[in-house]
Amino acid sequence: MILSRLNRQNEVQWGELSITQLSWLRLKQNKLAMGGLFLFIFITILCFVFPLFLPANAYEIQNLNLQAQAPSSEYWFGTDSLGRDLFSRVLYGGRISLSLGFAATMVSLLIGVSYGCLSGYLGGRCDAMMMRTVDVLYALPFTIFVILLMVLFERNIFLMFAAIGAVEWLTMARIVRGQVVYLKNQQYIDASRALGASDIKIMFKHLLPNFLGVVIVFSTLTVPAVMLLEAFLSFIGMGVQPPMSSWGLLIRDGADSMEVSPWRLCFPALFFSLTLFSLNFLGDGLRDAFDPRDGKA
Amino acid sequence: MWTFILRRAIQIPVVLLAVITITFFMVRSAPGGPFSSERQLPRHIEANLNAYYGFDRPLLEQYGAYLVQLCQGDLGPSTKYEGLTVNEIIGQSFPVSLQLGLAAFCLSVIIGLPLGIYSAYRQNSVFDYSLMSIAMIGICLPTFVLGPLLSYFFALKFGWFNSSGWYEPKDIVLPAVTLGLYFAAYIARLSRAGMLEVMNQDFIRTARAKGLSEWGVVVTHGVKIAIRPVVSYLGPALAGMVSGSFVVELIYDVPGLGRFFVLGAINQDYSLVLGTVVFFALLIVIFNLAVDVILGLLNPKQREL
Repeated sequence: MILSRLNRQNEVQWGELSITQLSWLRLKQNKLAMGGLFLFIFITILCFVFPLFLPANAYEIQNLNLQAQAPSSEYWFGTDSLGRDLFSRVLYGGRISLSLGFAATMVSLLIGVSYGCLSGYLGGRCDAMMMRTVDVLYALPFTIFVILLMVLFERNIFLMFAAIGAVEWLTMARIVRGQVVYLKNQQYIDASRALGASDIKIMFKHLLPNFLGVVIVFSTLTVPAVMLLEAFLSFIGMGVQPPMSSWGLLIRDGADSMEVSPWRLCFPALFFSLTLFSLNFLGDGLRDAFDPRDGKA
Repeated sequence: MWTFILRRAIQIPVVLLAVITITFFMVRSAPGGPFSSERQLPRHIEANLNAYYGFDRPLLEQYGAYLVQLCQGDLGPSTKYEGLTVNEIIGQSFPVSLQLGLAAFCLSVIIGLPLGIYSAYRQNSVFDYSLMSIAMIGICLPTFVLGPLLSYFFALKFGWFNSSGWYEPKDIVLPAVTLGLYFAAYIARLSRAGMLEVMNQDFIRTARAKGLSEWGVVVTHGVKIAIRPVVSYLGPALAGMVSGSFVVELIYDVPGLGRFFVLGAINQDYSLVLGTVVFFALLIVIFNLAVDVILGLLNPKQREL
């Protein structure tokens, strides 16, 4: 239905459009998803570009005369109990939370895609073994897994994204494997093999581009999941350590002092929730756009 | 049906054994130990403690001993909480988590299921769009944001509830809402998707053509099929809810099981980590089995799998 409407509106011959262009057209129709996209870009720019105009290390500058001040024209979001400017702390925290989210998603992408691709491509007993391993790992409670890894890495924040990525790859591996099992039995793969293409070439040239859409969609949904895990770890004190700042850490501080200074909870919580909303709405819209059968269309 | 249940039940020990083995060797391979803390213990005291708990024996021997012990239902003594066994810790805190989890579970099903079904029935209406947006917010909003906010408004501002503690019956309300809202939102989305798929099928048209009332079509014919994905989700969800949530317990000061998952891992309390993991895995496999049985009752085809 959307397609026919698109055709009429834009007067395009849709045979000429690639899958990516079609998906982009469908995505543009989805107001919630586009809203999410713009909101996310806005927050990212705010967190990464705006701090350049602030004094260096603004997040750890203390002014002990101005403890727990309410928001004012000088301190837009108020200050915390050590007199640090909450606005800069929220922005710097956003930098860390967002970069961790992306880095860990990349790690999970790398492990999940290669594992799933290999498992699906090899097939047979090897595939069964690899997938049973994933099943068993699924039965483990993730939090304990990550906390153990954090104990192992001794709370090194640069290794934290590796720890989170190491537990978030399971679903990705399953999805990719399902796609590969379906794709590898298609005739064009047989044709390519008959022409003498190597396994490596088939994987990278023929399989990867075909399941890339699914992977992109799922990554959009993995980023908020990872950020949630990071915030949870920081919230319980196992993640990012002060005086560094992260949204989870700020929410924890804010929750402890909300009776006297509620703004310290509200601003970090607002930024964190808005980022999660925008990414989830975007991911949902992308899923509908790439796969029109699924959902309302 | 019985052979189906039996075949599923046989897999349980295999999965449990795998979980135990992985956790056991992972906990042990982490540097440090239950007695390493800021204050270094004198070497001979640490050696004595290790000998007392049997940590000085070869790892494989300990593993075998743990399995034998486990078969007798003994989860071993906790190293951090002296004088308490892991069985006692779970025995004291699980009833609290069970109450809280069941309350949250009922809440999420009672809210999520009817709203999701009605939303699918009124597809693309304003009600549908607003409900699905709210459900999305419910899914995104983490418990450690929702919890403090609820506590701030309903306990501190309006004074309807206590902001923390576990003494009166009404103390269960805020934690249960915090815990259950995410699941309610997820159930609403699942049941809406399931219902949309069913309502376009031929047998629904047939039921309408036969002159059944709308209520009869939707509830007796539609819902029975549409709740299948919800039922498969409820198994792990229930296990997650009754095993306690560290964040909810932290915010509302509830003496539940959830904190021991985290504290056990942080303190490297070997038997507590293993005990809670085994307990959680056991809950998961049991609830999954129950889900399979219920799905089998709902759908005869499933039994042949």
